[in-house]
Amino acid sequence: MELTDAVAVGMARSGDADAFGVLVERHGRSLFRLAYRMTGNQQDAEDVVQESFLRAFKQLHRFDERASFGTWLYRIAANCSLDLVRARKRRGVQAAPECADAEREPLAQTLPATGPDPERMALSGEVRDRLAEAMNELSPTERTAFVLRHFEGMCMREVSRVLECQPGAAKHSVFRAVQKLRRALEPAASPAK
Amino acid sequence: MNHLSEEQLILHYYGEEDDSPAASRHLEECEACREFYASLQRVLNVVDALPAPDPGPEYGARVWRKIERQLPARRRRPSPAAFPWRWALAATAFAGLLAAAFLAGRFDPQPGAKATVSAAAADPQTGERVLLVAVGDYLERSQMVLIELANANPKGKLDISSERERAGDLAVESRLYRQTAAHTGDTAVAGVLEELDRVLLDIAHGPAEVSPAELEHLRQRMESQGILFKIRVLGANVRQQETL
Repeated sequence: MELTDAVAVGMARSGDADAFGVLVERHGRSLFRLAYRMTGNQQDAEDVVQESFLRAFKQLHRFDERASFGTWLYRIAANCSLDLVRARKRRGVQAAPECADAEREPLAQTLPATGPDPERMALSGEVRDRLAEAMNELSPTERTAFVLRHFEGMCMREVSRVLECQPGAAKHSVFRAVQKLRRALEPAASPAK
Repeated sequence: MNHLSEEQLILHYYGEEDDSPAASRHLEECEACREFYASLQRVLNVVDALPAPDPGPEYGARVWRKIERQLPARRRRPSPAAFPWRWALAATAFAGLLAAAFLAGRFDPQPGAKATVSAAAADPQTGERVLLVAVGDYLERSQMVLIELANANPKGKLDISSERERAGDLAVESRLYRQTAAHTGDTAVAGVLEELDRVLLDIAHGPAEVSPAELEHLRQRMESQGILFKIRVLGANVRQQETL
C-alpha cells in the first residue's frame, strides 16, 4: 500500500521527517536525471539533488497542496541547477565532459552506419563532445526549457510553470535551444551521401 | 505554397501545435518541408542519446541518509527520545487517566491495560516502559486488523464480525492513548491515533458482513489516508524507545 505524495507532504509538514524521507526516496532518481541533464556533470547533479531536497523541506509550508509535488520539486531542482550553471558561467567554467566509453555507445547506435565499427565509435565520440559543447552554449533558461520539454516530456505550459514565465516565453526558449542544437549538430547527424 | 516555419515544425515534433492535421498534410505534400523536418528529427534523435547515468534504485535512500541530519531540528518529528521526561509524565498522566476511568466505572480495560495501571502507578520509570509496550502492542493489534481487511479478497459477502469486535475493543483503548499524547503535546502522534480511531470506529459500527465493494471502499479510504504506513512508522518509533 503506497503512501501518496499528498499524504507524505501533510505528514512532513506536521513535523514528520520520516515522511519526507519517503518523498526523497521516491523522487531522488528522477531528480538526479534532470539535474544531470541540466548541469552535464555527475557531481554537480548530486549536489543539486541534495540542495533541492533541503530547500524543498525548508519551503514545505509554501507548497500549495492542490499542485503536484513532483512539479514543485522539479521547479526547485531546475532553479538550483540554474543557479549552479549561472554561477559556473560567471566564473567562466564549463561543465567537465564525462566521456566514459560505455556512455558513448548509445549515441553511436543512433547514427547512420557510415563505415566499420571503430569509425562509428570515433564519430560518436566526436558528436557526443559536440553535443556537450552545444548544450553548454545554451543560455541557462534555454537549457532548462529544453531539458524539461525534450527529456522530461513536460508540455510548454508545464515548462512555463517551472520557469515561472509566460508559455510564449517558454516556447521561445525551447525554439532557440533547438535552433542552436540543430546548427551545431546537423552536419554530424546528416546521413552520409 | 507557404512552407511551415521552423517553430511550427518544432511544435509538430513535440506534438504541441494546434493544427497538427494541417501540418501533417502539408508535410505529406511538401518535399522541402519534409526534408527539413527529417533533418530536425535526426538532430533531436542524436540529442536523445545524450547519456545520463542511472544512479540506481537505491539512490533516493542514499540521498535521504545524507541529508537526514542536515534537516532543521525544529522540523524533525517530535521524538519521545528527545523528550524522555515527557514520556515519564505521560506514564503518570496515563495512569491517572486509567484510574479516573476505573473510578468513574466507565472503562473496562484489557488485561494488558490493567497491568499497565498497577505498574505505572508503582514507579514512573517502569510506568514509562510499560506504557510504551502497551502502545506498541496496541498499534500492532490495530495494524493486524487493518491488514486482514486490506488483504481480504472475497468472492461474495465477507464475515468480519471478529475484526469488528476487535476494532471496537481497540477503539476504546485508543481514546486513552490519544488523550495521553494530546496531554504531552505530541500532536503528530495524537493526530495519527485520532485517524486510526475513526477507522476503527467505522469498522466497529459497520455491518458484520461486507460486500467486495464495501471492502474496496474501506481499502481505498485506508490507502488515501496512508493509515497503515503511519501506524507502521509510529509503531517502529515506539518499539525503538522500548529497547533504549
